[in-house]
Amino acid sequence: MTDDSPRAHHDLGGVPRFMCEAVDIEPHELTDFDREVDAIRQLVSARGLMTVDEMRRGIEAIPEAEYHRLGYYQRWIRSIAATLLRRGVIDEAELRDALARA
Amino acid sequence: MIAPGTHVRVRDDWPEARGPCHIRTPHYLRGHTGVVLRHLGDFPNPEDLAFRRPPAVLPLYHVRFAQTEIWGEGGDELLVEVFGPWLEVEKTA
Amino acid sequence: MKNLLESPPDKLLTALRDILAAKSIVSPAEIAERIALTDAASPAQGARMVARAWTDPDYRALMLHDGAKAAEAAGIPMRGMPPLGVLADTPDLHHLVVCTLCSCYPRAVLGYPPFWFKSAAYRARAVRDPRGLLAEWGTVLPSHMKLTVVDSTADYRWMVLPLRPAGTEGFTEAQLAALVREGDMIGVTLPIASA
Repeated sequence: MTDDSPRAHHDLGGVPRFMCEAVDIEPHELTDFDREVDAIRQLVSARGLMTVDEMRRGIEAIPEAEYHRLGYYQRWIRSIAATLLRRGVIDEAELRDALARA
Repeated sequence: MIAPGTHVRVRDDWPEARGPCHIRTPHYLRGHTGVVLRHLGDFPNPEDLAFRRPPAVLPLYHVRFAQTEIWGEGGDELLVEVFGPWLEVEKTA
Repeated sequence: MKNLLESPPDKLLTALRDILAAKSIVSPAEIAERIALTDAASPAQGARMVARAWTDPDYRALMLHDGAKAAEAAGIPMRGMPPLGVLADTPDLHHLVVCTLCSCYPRAVLGYPPFWFKSAAYRARAVRDPRGLLAEWGTVLPSHMKLTVVDSTADYRWMVLPLRPAGTEGFTEAQLAALVREGDMIGVTLPIASA
């Protein structure tokens, strides 16, 4: 099997690029950032404002280099923001203002 | 409904090449043959849910594949959840 | 809009937290409460299920038939959680769980997924070179033992019911539960009596 199929970049099963990469099996403590993003994901879903499939779609839409550079929950927060924008739960001006204050 | 023990082929289809989509059938299975272990239940299609389309409710199967069938080597097996529309029943030889 | 999403992730979090609070969608108190609830799920829960299955054949049967019901019977909240499938190891068959597409993990019974489970190397290698992958943990399966790799692609979450290790005869359920580690229930390690 070669890697010339038009697979999406998140679709990692058997991908040659990673076959010789060691797995980091050490425990990594979650940060406060990680925990809060995880909680917001659950709460936004519970409010009916995002399905798990929309969140995955948002993660998969992150360009490949970014996808691998960003941490797990960093991908999540970007996808949550993208989903809430797309659904009109929040708008661009609000986000821009809140980012300026952040 | 596809009965347990049925030989199936995963459709050699690549929606990724046609535009935005959300696919839960891993690329490495496409075009390969396996055996249905059992029907796991019926679930709304994630390919629809991801785009907020009204979801079709689809049968989900647990399908067993030999590693040699997928990778051309290896003596172990893979067991993967695959939605019905991705499976074609193989004509038994 | 693209540029906004490319803001530093911690700023994005702060901004979203503020907007969601201002719109009364999610309050900081609700976030704190949710974090506490999520932190409460841990591999100890799954370990209790495993230990009970090792000592109670009826419970084992329930667990293999409907993992979510078995989890509830062990006092683990499963409402709103995906169905839980349980894969029973035998002396001739070992199971290993992966999610090659994202990081689907049986969180209800094991808690947050560990770092390695989410890594590109684990996701890529598990389906193609599983025995080489297991060697990273020092896990070596006898060559006669079959290995089934379960790629968690859709609506189920999967956990492994490992074999009860030798040398645990006479152990109480609590002693058995104390032996079972996170990796044992995903299949990267095997429970050992001296753990």
